[in-house]
Amino acid sequence: MITVEGLTRKYGSFTAVDDVSFVCQPGRVTGFLGPNGAGKTTTMRVMVGLTPPTAGRVTIGGHLYNDIPNPGRHVGVLLDASAQHAGRTGREILELGARTMGLPAERIDEMLELVSLTPAEAKRRLRNYSLGMKQRLGIAHALLGDPSVLILDEPANGLDPAGIRWMRGLLKGYAERGGTVLLSSHLLNEVELIADEMILIGHGRIVAQGDKKSLLAGAHGTASTFVTALDNEALATALRTRGLTVASAGDGLRVEAEPVEIGRTAAENAIVLTDLRAAEGALEDLFLELTSETQREVLA
Amino acid sequence: MTTIPASGLGHSLDLSSTTPTPFGRLVRVELRKTRDTLAGFWLLLSTAILTALVMVIQLAVGITQDDVSLSYNSFLTSTSFSIAVLLPIIGIMLLTSEWSQRTAMVTFSLEPRRPNVIAAKLVVGLLLAVAAVVIALGLATVCNALYGVLSDDPTVWNASVAHTAAFVLLQVVGMLTGFAFAALLLNTPAAIVIYMVYSFVLPGLFELGAQLMDWFDSIRPWIDFNSAQSPLVDATMTGKDWSYFVVSGFIWLAVPLAVGLWRVLRAEVK
Repeated sequence: MITVEGLTRKYGSFTAVDDVSFVCQPGRVTGFLGPNGAGKTTTMRVMVGLTPPTAGRVTIGGHLYNDIPNPGRHVGVLLDASAQHAGRTGREILELGARTMGLPAERIDEMLELVSLTPAEAKRRLRNYSLGMKQRLGIAHALLGDPSVLILDEPANGLDPAGIRWMRGLLKGYAERGGTVLLSSHLLNEVELIADEMILIGHGRIVAQGDKKSLLAGAHGTASTFVTALDNEALATALRTRGLTVASAGDGLRVEAEPVEIGRTAAENAIVLTDLRAAEGALEDLFLELTSETQREVLA
Repeated sequence: MTTIPASGLGHSLDLSSTTPTPFGRLVRVELRKTRDTLAGFWLLLSTAILTALVMVIQLAVGITQDDVSLSYNSFLTSTSFSIAVLLPIIGIMLLTSEWSQRTAMVTFSLEPRRPNVIAAKLVVGLLLAVAAVVIALGLATVCNALYGVLSDDPTVWNASVAHTAAFVLLQVVGMLTGFAFAALLLNTPAAIVIYMVYSFVLPGLFELGAQLMDWFDSIRPWIDFNSAQSPLVDATMTGKDWSYFVVSGFIWLAVPLAVGLWRVLRAEVK
């Protein structure tokens, strides 16, 4: 379990992290989501003792990171997959980690296999790795010491879709066995796919937290649904008579209502539906809205 | 696929079965880091090769030129062109490579007790300095023996405990000076440039200042660490030389090292 209590980090007059508190529970994957420069990395760096906090503190399983003996055996850390010596081979990087933690050499092979790096790839030097390979190596490094807590900064960055699916399986399985996982991302889709719980941060402050459902429920405005019917016109008319807001979107309609209500309307009016689903991007709207003050791009 | 057994279910970490990372293990890891990259490996190997090369050239000159006569110590002194130049650079790289390659993030997250990591690096530097000395003594012995066989001059084995101890001290101080500048600057090129200025440009400036200003001439021995080390080369240190050595060493070695370590221990590691 990771407990962040009233964490603040200032750089001169700039406040990178502003009174942040949250908890990452064991058995769950917690996504730490926010635009670039929102304070995710700074928070994670404070967690592992690389950055001293201005105020507040972070404990991992009840301990300050710096008080944990041989911390690699308890907390797996990946802050920047590129922050390794470019001239070392992938295998040598794991070798140094394993030796520092006092682990047997077999552990290196196990981890290489786990992250699907072949022996030939492991012999290549890091400068010849793609970002995706560096991320896999970084995850292998974080898992070396068989930790019960994982702290990963942008681990899905640079992974291809298959890689992201692989990571989702890996982290979910890890959490199901009782591990605590905190992973950050600036991409909503990644976090949505992998995380059980989400913490949204913007401008150094937590703007929302909870699971996907409760976040959406907490968002003001009703859910919206995409629907396509054989006769869109008839459906739109029927929905409007029920007092629902309907707009045309692509081949179909976007309706400000739950799918069940639209299904009911269609059934009552004997209209054949060819597609009915909750609108994607509801969470994205929420994310952009909540962090809009800190967005670099002005939202239309 | 191997499964990852996630230990420590529940909300608090059980640290009872974990022992702190032993210092010896840190030293072994740091020693490994000096040679597990091509750059590091070749720096170490070329130090040894250059040491041998300089002595072989010296040997060739000694054999072919009648007016040059060599001894064991003159072979050892030739290392001022090899070990004395490269050992400080090894000392610099020990520390700065963690910053230039950003591996300090990983190193300090695996061992948050930063003083232990820095101390392990310092021990590695001392071990390498001793290894360099052993190699130099061996090569000087071989070259001097060859000189005795191949030249008409008599073989002079003027080795002494004082000489050897002074030689060890000289190399250790060189390594430590590099290490201290590195701790102060945490940047490889900057530390190497500053070290080169310190060892090749500064002595000339001190000399010039001493020629021009009487008052500077009188304080110079106390602040010129390079010249304070020169009696070490011949092992002719007197009591006064030692006090020069200690005071100037404090300025050029202890102060940068202390400021640098203070900085490393407090710095935010990026």
